Amino acid sequence: MGTLYEDIIDYGGEVFGKEHLETLRECVQCGKCTGGCPSGRNTAFRTRKLMQMALVDMREEIFNAPELWFCSTCYTCYERCPKGVKVTDIIRTIRNLAAKEGHMSVPHRMIGVYVMKTGHAVPIGPAQMELREAVGLESQPPTAQHPQNKDQLEQVQTIFKTTGYDAMIDFDWDTMNLKGMDKGGKK
Amino acid sequence: MTEHPTEYAYFLGCITPNRYPGIEAATKKIFTEFGIETKEMVGASCCPAPGVFGSFDMHTWLPVAARNLAIAEEMDLEIYVTCNGCYGSLQEADHLLRENPKLKEKTNKILGKFGREYKGTTKVNHSIVVLHDFIGLEKLKERITKPMNDVNVAVHYGCHFLKPREVRGHGSSETPYILEDLVKVTGAKDVDYKDKLMCCGAGGGNRTADSVQSLEWMRQKLVSAMEVGCDCMVHPCAFCHLQLDRGQAEMNKAFGTSFDFPILFATQFLGLAMGLSEKEVGLDAQTTTMPEKLLK
Repeated sequence: MGTLYEDIIDYGGEVFGKEHLETLRECVQCGKCTGGCPSGRNTAFRTRKLMQMALVDMREEIFNAPELWFCSTCYTCYERCPKGVKVTDIIRTIRNLAAKEGHMSVPHRMIGVYVMKTGHAVPIGPAQMELREAVGLESQPPTAQHPQNKDQLEQVQTIFKTTGYDAMIDFDWDTMNLKGMDKGGKK
Repeated sequence: MTEHPTEYAYFLGCITPNRYPGIEAATKKIFTEFGIETKEMVGASCCPAPGVFGSFDMHTWLPVAARNLAIAEEMDLEIYVTCNGCYGSLQEADHLLRENPKLKEKTNKILGKFGREYKGTTKVNHSIVVLHDFIGLEKLKERITKPMNDVNVAVHYGCHFLKPREVRGHGSSETPYILEDLVKVTGAKDVDYKDKLMCCGAGGGNRTADSVQSLEWMRQKLVSAMEVGCDCMVHPCAFCHLQLDRGQAEMNKAFGTSFDFPILFATQFLGLAMGLSEKEVGLDAQTTTMPEKLLK
């Protein structure tokens, strides 16, 4: 583990390219990001402050702040930054690092549970099948959740197992739920 | 000039087929009307959501998106979507994988475990762009049988339709025109409003992180559209639709308000103007109610 800045470049760099994330160094704290941020209008989330905290390695403070999860990834700051800091992708990378260290809420973990169980973050149920029929569609779409496509769902599950996402959220393949959820759940 | 395809793989995602099938029905019906054939992507999964899975683990987000792209590649077709989340994920994944051979190799090692491969041979289109750029406004105008002459529309883009510009390629994210054009082609008035470019509040796991706070963004947005006399909101995103439509019921419960501001996906709005019924485009089965002037 390096500094937070080094970890952002290493972990996110493999996907976005290192130069993309190294733009963090260009931040001059002008505050244009915070000025246009719809979350900043409504919550304690301050984009400018987050960029500075990342640069001065305030890892624990960032990871433990609920505000980290109040960015809707709208890219307004990303487009408006006069220094070309790729803000939204830096925030997504910081969240990845936080999640890897266990800072991930149960509702956020549950989204992964739905995808591993059904292939979809928002799966279909009987009531929605009726809605489909009412507009003249097949009751169930031919996606990964369709009973005929179990092999396709297994492919999705293979990806989650290979990348270790299942372990990251404490997923239990026997119960197809988060570990310990039957005993009242965890944080 | 490049020829646009007349056949596409429809990437359904989650919310369109599993919560608002009216969006799927309206889009398919309109495309058929203009001679565009839709093929189903068998076995496609969640895109997966760019601000959600991209925030949790981008190293998982990418291969899941690449697998979906590979399905369309195997069909030898370009993709169209009806959700900005799907657009965001699939187009961004395609962009990143095209630019970075090492990343492509790593991703294909995972896909290879079940015999699939991302090649970089498909293209990710938004259905609204297919309507605007490929079918074109002139052809659309010819099919408007129920003009929306006295209807004031608040256009809502959502975020990942326009941004990041370097990936989306639709020009300015501050002065967009695609949805405005589509609204105006029906005879309706496109009305500017204070929070037009504001996010619906749902993205990036924000709705899941704190739903009441995320509903407050939406409340501000809706109020600013209602203040200038808008009759409804027209948008291009199934995920925004979930927040803006169902979210109004949640908001009324949380805040003690009584909002019922009509929310329509762009093809539902166009469908009405082209003579489809409220029921055919699924608008009778959602939370917000449609006023007479949209249905006459």
